Order: sequence, then C-alpha cells, then structure tokens
Amino acid sequence: MKISYSWLQEYLDLKASPKDLGEKIERSSVEVDSVTQPSDGLKKIVVGKIVSMEPHPDSDHLQVCQVDVGDEELSQIVCGAPNVAADKKVIVALPGSRIGGNVKIKRSKMRGVVSNGMICALDEIGFSKDVVPKEWADGIYFLQDDAKVGEPVFPYLGMDDYLIDVDVTPNRGDMLSVYGVARDLGAIYDQTPQLNHPQVEEVSTPAADKVSLDVDKDLAPIYTMRVVENVKIQPSPRWLQIKLWNAGMRPINNVVDVTNYILLKYGQPLHAFDYGKVSGSTIKARYAQKGEKLTTLNEEEHELNEKDIVIADDQKPIALAGVMGGLNSEIDDHTTTVAIESAVFTPTLIRKTAQRQNLHTDASQHFERGVDRGGVEEAADAAAEMMHELADGDVLKGIVTGSSYDVKDVIVKVTLSRVNHVLGTDLKLDQVADIFKRLGFGVQVDGETYTVSVPSTRWDIHIPADLLEEVARIYGYDKIPSTLPSGPTTVGALTEKQKLMRDSRHVLEALGLNQAISYALTTETKAGQFMMRESSETQLSWPMTADHTTLRMNLISGLLDDIAYNNARRVKDVALYEQGRVFYKDAADQVRPSEHEHIAGAVSGQLIVDPLKNAKNNAVDFYQLKGIVEKYLDNLAIKGDVEFVATDRYPEMHPGRTADITIHGHYIGFIGQVHPTVAEAYKINQTYVFELDLDALIDMPKDMDQFEPISKYPSITRDVALLVDKSVTNAQVLAQIQKRGGAYLKSVALFDIYDGKNLPSGKQSLAYTLTYQNPNATLTDDEVNHAFEKVQKTLTSELGAEIR
Amino acid sequence: MTLIDQLEKIRQQRKQDIKDVGDLKNLDALRVELLGKKGPITQALRGMRDLPADQRPKFGQFANTVRDELQGAIEARRDELKKDRLNKQLANEKIDVTLPGKPVAQGQPHVIQQIIDQIEDLFIGMGYQVLTGPEVEEDKYNFEMMNLPKDHPARDMQDTFYITKDILMRTQTSPMQARTLEKHDFSKGPLKMISPGVVYRRDTDDPTHSHQFHQVEGIVIDKHITMADLKGTLELIAHELFGNRFDIRLRPSYFPFTEPSVEADITCFNCGGKGCAVCKYTGWIEVLGAGMVHPNVLEMAGVDSEVYGGFAFGLGPDRFAMLKYGVDDIRNFYLNDVRFLTQFSKKG
Ligand SMILES: [Zn+2]
Repeated sequence: MKISYSWLQEYLDLKASPKDLGEKIERSSVEVDSVTQPSDGLKKIVVGKIVSMEPHPDSDHLQVCQVDVGDEELSQIVCGAPNVAADKKVIVALPGSRIGGNVKIKRSKMRGVVSNGMICALDEIGFSKDVVPKEWADGIYFLQDDAKVGEPVFPYLGMDDYLIDVDVTPNRGDMLSVYGVARDLGAIYDQTPQLNHPQVEEVSTPAADKVSLDVDKDLAPIYTMRVVENVKIQPSPRWLQIKLWNAGMRPINNVVDVTNYILLKYGQPLHAFDYGKVSGSTIKARYAQKGEKLTTLNEEEHELNEKDIVIADDQKPIALAGVMGGLNSEIDDHTTTVAIESAVFTPTLIRKTAQRQNLHTDASQHFERGVDRGGVEEAADAAAEMMHELADGDVLKGIVTGSSYDVKDVIVKVTLSRVNHVLGTDLKLDQVADIFKRLGFGVQVDGETYTVSVPSTRWDIHIPADLLEEVARIYGYDKIPSTLPSGPTTVGALTEKQKLMRDSRHVLEALGLNQAISYALTTETKAGQFMMRESSETQLSWPMTADHTTLRMNLISGLLDDIAYNNARRVKDVALYEQGRVFYKDAADQVRPSEHEHIAGAVSGQLIVDPLKNAKNNAVDFYQLKGIVEKYLDNLAIKGDVEFVATDRYPEMHPGRTADITIHGHYIGFIGQVHPTVAEAYKINQTYVFELDLDALIDMPKDMDQFEPISKYPSITRDVALLVDKSVTNAQVLAQIQKRGGAYLKSVALFDIYDGKNLPSGKQSLAYTLTYQNPNATLTDDEVNHAFEKVQKTLTSELGAEIR
Repeated sequence: MTLIDQLEKIRQQRKQDIKDVGDLKNLDALRVELLGKKGPITQALRGMRDLPADQRPKFGQFANTVRDELQGAIEARRDELKKDRLNKQLANEKIDVTLPGKPVAQGQPHVIQQIIDQIEDLFIGMGYQVLTGPEVEEDKYNFEMMNLPKDHPARDMQDTFYITKDILMRTQTSPMQARTLEKHDFSKGPLKMISPGVVYRRDTDDPTHSHQFHQVEGIVIDKHITMADLKGTLELIAHELFGNRFDIRLRPSYFPFTEPSVEADITCFNCGGKGCAVCKYTGWIEVLGAGMVHPNVLEMAGVDSEVYGGFAFGLGPDRFAMLKYGVDDIRNFYLNDVRFLTQFSKKG
C-alpha cells in the first residue's frame, strides 16, 4: 500500500525526511518496498495557458496553439487532442523536458509547423492509465484556473508528494490505512496523532424507514448501513482525486470516491449501493444459492458457489460480499439515494470466496487481514458526512444495524522481568510502561506486572509474546544487545552417518566427479528408470508442470538430464555425482514414501581432459568408472568382498556392459553403460553410470584400519600366461588361483590381456603375476615352484587353460 | 740420459698428453699405456736393478712420485671429462617448462553444498547438532505444529505441492523444529540444532524462483535464551558467510511460528549501502528470517513455554550463494552445467 507523506503530515509533525521515515518504518514496523515521488524522472513540465488556437493548415485534427508558458513571448505548440480549447490551463512539456516513460521532448515540426514542446495528457506524464479519471482518459488535462503559468505542474497534481510503499505482513493489517500508519508512527516518534472524528449532520427521516437488514452473523459479525438521499453525482474535488490516484485508485465520482477515501484513511472497506436499484427494502448477507450468478463492477460474470457470501436484495445478489459490488446496483450519474455498507466479514470466508472467484480486491485483502471492529460505525459516519459535504446529500437519521459485536479491549498481562528475560535487555519499569502508552494501550502497573488493555485498532495482539514484540520494535531492534547463548555446554558433532556422507562426497570429488544437485521431482517415466528395487511411484496431486510430477526413485535419470543439458551446449566431457534421496513405496496404496539416501555417478566423454591425448581413445569406459567405484568403496572401508556380477536385468542399461555390485553377497547397486536407445532418448553421448544404496553402505560393518607389520623377508614372484576361452572371466581365474594358491600366495595381479591376432579364434590370453611371501621366513625357490605348479595344474584342469 | 732424466721426460710429456685426451675411452687407453705392466714407469722400475744399490731408494721414490702424479692427472682429467659428459647430457635434456602440466581428475563440491557445509561447521563449533528430516512431510509438522492451522492466511504465502490432503512436499525445514522439540529430553540439557535440507514450493521456475531449493533451519531452546542471543547468532552467521565488513540490520517481520519475528538484512555488497538495482535502492539485502519461538509451537510439541523458550532462524543457501557470487539465475544451481559447477573451487 502506498502511503502519502503529506497525508501523514496532516496528523503528525514529522521531522524526518521521506526517505528516513521509510527507513524508520522498515526498522520499526513493516517492510518498505520503496519511497518515491510521482514526479521522479520528469522535468521541465509546466503550467501553460492556451491563449489562442487555429486549425493546422495541413491537418484536419491538429490545432496550432499559442501558449503562454510564462515567457515574454507565447510558445507555439501543435496539439492533436480532441478536447484542446482556448483559455484552458494545461500541462506543457517544454523543449528539453522529460515526460513519462523516460521520453525526451524536443522542438520539432509537425507537418511543417514548428511545435515548441507538447501539451500532455495525464498518462503522458507518468500516470498509470488505471488511475486516470474516465473524463480525462481520451484527451489533455485541464488544470485549475488559478494555476500559475510557467510554474511546474507537479504541486497541482500531487506529484510532488512522497509515497511510501509499505509491504504489510499478514499480522499487521492495521498498517493498511493512513490512520493505522499514523498511530504506529505516533508510537515510534512519541507523538499523539491528531486524528479527527466525524460529526454527522442528519435529517430527521430515520434510515430504518428505508432499509432493514437480515444478516447471518457467522458471515458478517458486524453489518451496518447508512442511507444518504438526494446526492448529486459529480467528479470529486481535486484534493480527493489526488489522494486516490496517488494511492493507485481511479477517481470515479464523489460517492464512490468517498468510500475509497474512507478505506485509505480508516482501513475500513465500504460499499455504496444505488438504493434505487435495490428491489424491496430488506438487504441480506447470506450464502449464495445454487445457480445464482452475479456480474461484478469489473463487468465479469461469476457463477456463484454455495460457499460464497453475497449481499442480496429480495430477488438477487447485489454484491460479492467483502470483495466487489454488483453491476446491478452500481452508483451511476443518475443515482440519488445511496446505501452505505460498513461491515466486518469473516476473514476465512472472504479469503475462500476471493480465491474461488479469482477476484482479489483492496476490500477482500483488508477483510482477510482483519479490520478494526471498533471503527466500523465511525467509518460509516465519516462517509455519510463527506457525501453530505461533497454531494449535497441528506444523511438519514441513525445507523441501521444487521449484526453487531461488543467490542472490548483485550487485556494482556506481562511482567518486566519477562520482558527483559526474553529480550535480553535491561529495561526499566517506566520505559516499558511508556512504550505501551505511546502505542495507545492502556496500562496499569502493579509491582512489576503490567496489565495492558489493547484497543480494537490493534487486533493482532492477544498474548504476552505479542507485547514483547511491541516493546522490542518500539524500543528498537538496534538497541538490543548482541550476545551468544549461555548456559550448559553442548557437544556439537556430525553423526557417523553424516560423516560418512560427507566423506563419500569428498572421495568422489577427489576421484574427479563434480557434485550435481538435480531435481527430485521428475517425469513419471524418468522416476521409474534405473530402479534398484521394485517400488510404486509417488505423484503430486496438483503438479505445476509436466516435467515435475513424480518423485524420483533413482538418481541416475537426473544426472542424465544434467548430461543432456551439457551435451546440448557442446560440453562433451561431463563427470558428475549426486548424493540425495530417492522415494520408494512398497505398495501403491502406501501414502507416504520411504526416503533413502543414494549416491550415483555419471561420466560421459573424458574424465581427464588432456588435449595432447586423442579424446576418443581417452574417453571414459567401464573400467575407469569401475576403478572409481572400487576406490570409493575401498575408502569407505566396508568389510567384505566387493563383487561385480555381470547382469542384463536393467532395461535402461547395456546388457553386456553392466554389473550388479555386491558386498559380501549383499546387493548394493550397479554400474555400467547406459543403453544406447536410452542414451538416444535423453539425447546424450555414450555415458557410464553407477548408483549405490548409500544407506546400506553406511550401515555395513567397517574395517578398522590396523597396522600390519611389513615383512622383512623378501617376496618372490612368478608370472603365468594362460590361453583360455573368451568366456572365461578374470574373476573365475582369480578364484582358481586363490583357491589353490597355497599358504604363501600374497597377491595376484592381472598384467596383460590379449585377444588379438595370432590367437585361435574364441581364445584370449591372460597373464598374471603371483607374489609369494612367508611373513616368518625366507621362502625357498622350491617351495614357490611347488605352489606355482599346483596353480598351473588347477588352471589347466578347471578352466581348460593352456599355459604359455 | 739417466733413468731419472728419462722419467722426468715422461712426466713432462705425458702429463700434457693426459690433458689433451678428449674422451673417457682414450683416457682409459692412456692410463693402461702409462701405468700398465708394459708402461714406461713399470719398465723404469724394472731397470732399477741395474742401478747402484745406494741410488735405488731415491730412484724408487722418484718413480713412485711420477706414477702418483700421472695417476692423479688421469683421475683429474676423468672427473673433468665426466663432468663435461654430464653437462652435455643435461643440455640435451632441456625441456619447455612452459608446456602445460598434466591434467589430473578433481571434482568440486556443489556451491550450495559448500555453503551448507560452512554453516554446519560454524554451528557444530558452537555446540549445535545437525539433524535432517523427511522431504515428504505431514501437514501436521509442516504447518499445524508450526502454528499454521488449516485456514491460516499465511499458508497462502507458500504454495504447496500436496501428495494427499495430509501429505506434502515440505515447504520449509521448520517442521524439524516440531519434530525435535517433540523428542528432545530437556532434562539432558538445552536443545541446539540446525537442520539443512531440500524444500519445495509450487512455483514456476524463473530466474528468482525455483520449485526446489534449500533451507537451513536452526533452533535453540533452553531456560534462558534471549533475543539478544538471537541477534548475536545472526550477526555471526552473516559475518561468517559474507565477511565482517558488512553491517546487519534487524527489522520486525512476521512468521506464524515466531513472536517476536525479525528479518535480517546485510549491507548491499554491490553498492556498499548507497543504493542500486540489486538492493532495489535501499542499500540493504534481506538474508534471513528468525524470531523467538512462538509459545504455541512449544506447547503443541509438549514443551512448557513458561519455563523454556528460545529462538529459531531459517536461511536459504541458494539465496546466499546468489548474493555471495552474484549468480543471477537460481536455475543454474539445478541444471548442473559443468562450466558453472567448476567455478566455485577457490578455497578460503
Ligand atoms: Zn545495492
């Protein structure tokens, strides 16, 4: 809401500059989005008087005007506005001026005739089209006759005022009015705002003769009406129009403008009905009925819901209560009798109605945040009195009441020690009492206990904590000291699980993978790919886009999206890992999924980009990624043998280049190449991936690092090369060697694979180095030879190996 | 010519020969020639028996001196030649030290992870625990126990991805306040914890909105925790993450789960507080929200709000990273362009 600085000055004696005032409001009350002047960015725009005008010789709609802009000579300005007229005071943009939209005006020629500037319409000097009064919408604007020629126009249009745009939090609905802001500033600056209260001049006819009200109290706890007769509809005076347009409201006519003015001033939404259009004399506040329709003032037709609240006459709805009036009871130029509604509607009902009808108005926003229940009648009085003054109306006697509410101050107790205990301050008894008084609260002090009576203007305050906030903000958050929690010492440390998760990330980063954070919400298809177990999917009931409908059940698909993003931007070498959650459901009817930490990697192109190496030969392959996974698992020190078991069970993986990974027989994940058709669907290059169940890894028993003495006895090695069928795997060979290796076999290492030329087809050559060592004595050649021969025999007999 | 004269001649001439030898192979040949069994010195010593006995010792002594001298000269020359050879080799081995170093593989933590780790370490050092909670949360913890009953208008502030009526993607890490408050045994000491994690909002992704982002929640509850403690803690966070050349401003705000509530701003790092487009000409940038835990939140979790109280805060690592590094589009964090990810590798 934009609050006028000069309006506030009517009630307070503000010494602070508008900018400083904005800063003060921000530090003490609510956020301030901006402090601006409507004339910001405009210059050399002055009052001019059209002395004479004649038609442009070469145009049928342009007029050549001689304008007095305060110089010795008249200025010739060409104008095309339909309402241009002699003797009028107008807005003139001089040559070298800057008008709305940062447009510069220069001396120019229009169809051969010199024009020294421009005569402006309101929307040309920065007015939003939404606030320009209808009568000035299609032409230039006429200033008041006593405007001084040659002077800047800004003061005449309220454009020299400062507007403080406050962003009011949901609890501070009281700040959505000039009076509310003035009260708060009064507390901040320790001034009593000079707020005026209306004296209504009534005629003798009772309003109750004209209307009776039938109100459902659950919908409208307070519902009142005043009636004003014999109004003369016309435009509002300029001071009122200025207040409205500076607040972002379009001036309409003296009756409607009064209701909007009262809303700005008091924060009480009012609605004015044309009494002449209301059928019967009973006005109801009720739920809408099935099938009812209402066309609102913005000319939109609404199909009403049975939970919407309406104001209705004896036949039809005439307003969407608390939101917007109906077109069928609109004030127009012929209106003579006005029924002014001043009410309080139940906030949640208004909120729902506004949401359902997708119609959010100033009125609905005020009702949603609450209004001052003690101010309903005063607002109606003020409006009626203004209609009397501005529209010559006769205010009928009394307020008609449909529902009412006994407004009482809220009593809250708090002690000084509680204040200082919570705020960490050392405030004195008087200081706190003074703050309450400045806020306009009643306060009684008994010992160190304050009994505070909070008036209805601050309906957000109910409990001691609310009072603490008031004390803190008025005292000043700046002045609160800065300390750290004292009290018993606590131990801060990561848990084992958290440490292992951090370690996991560090290890994979050290191995060359960059951490990615992908979206957990994905498409239904991607959510269900690369599955490590069976699971039903979890879907949003009302997703925002088709790309994010389902919770992921794997991390790989997100990483492939990331690779696709990179590949599409010609980044070919991508090495990523992600640590995050997947969401499983054991059955479709399980409502809440279980959440599991996984860790996954995806590498495409080269892991180590060396421009001196052929990129193709250097591209990542299964074994490079396997090396990374092995090293990672090794670093986690998980007890038990890691096995890679060939598998073709993942539809999204290459059937010949994929392995399940098991530890001590427990499945913990998989590794391999993404299936070419899946890669094509993702629009990515050849990519290798792995995904592991991090929760399972964390839970597995770990090897303790323990020192193993380094043998002082030398080791002896023997090499063996085997010619075996291609179907024989490294794992099979190793298993045989380990099985028959004897007590002193310390390690086996594959050092050559060959399946090229010179070998019989279907055969491959594998070569291993076997290392023998006795930790307690020097091995003899004989002992080694004996053991080595046993191994060779086994390989021949078990695997059909030909020893070469 | 006496034998001595002969030897003297050999000494003179051959010393020069030694100096003139150009390579180690010839030097070796010369050594054999001079000092070998058939060499002149050996010959001369052999001829010694023809000398009178009284001259023999002197002659022998002289012959040995000559031999030692020649030997010494040969060794000196050998050292020289070896040195020359090494120098030549070294000259040949000269490389272009400006060629690039060999690439090694090294990955980076995600920039948001870096910020979360930094926050975690800061708070661990102050005795906080790090706790994480479910991303798929119950309405009860996400809203109701955070003092946001079903019809509360502030629910509109956060558009929510619901899975069912009662289950949703958490919109904030605050439900961990309720979850830990429920469990914490205050007889064992104060509650001091932070909770980092992913949160979700029903938003259209654009430069400043993401349907997925991160939060770190913090809460401290004990018998005597003050708003001054909150202020000190918030200042510490801002200084740790942004450096202490920045001022901090606290101002009133509203969160249903705290009362009083505050929002903390830091001096705009772009303009130093003068006002610019980044800070919307205010000189300040909002970095986090906090407050004193609302008594309703404590009571709903079964904690006596007359005895216990404290503060809570919530901050956004995504926003911090955007501010700290000048990232202008939040979507960068979730698209994982490696050219983006690898920019945040500087330590310290
Ligand atoms: Zn700035």
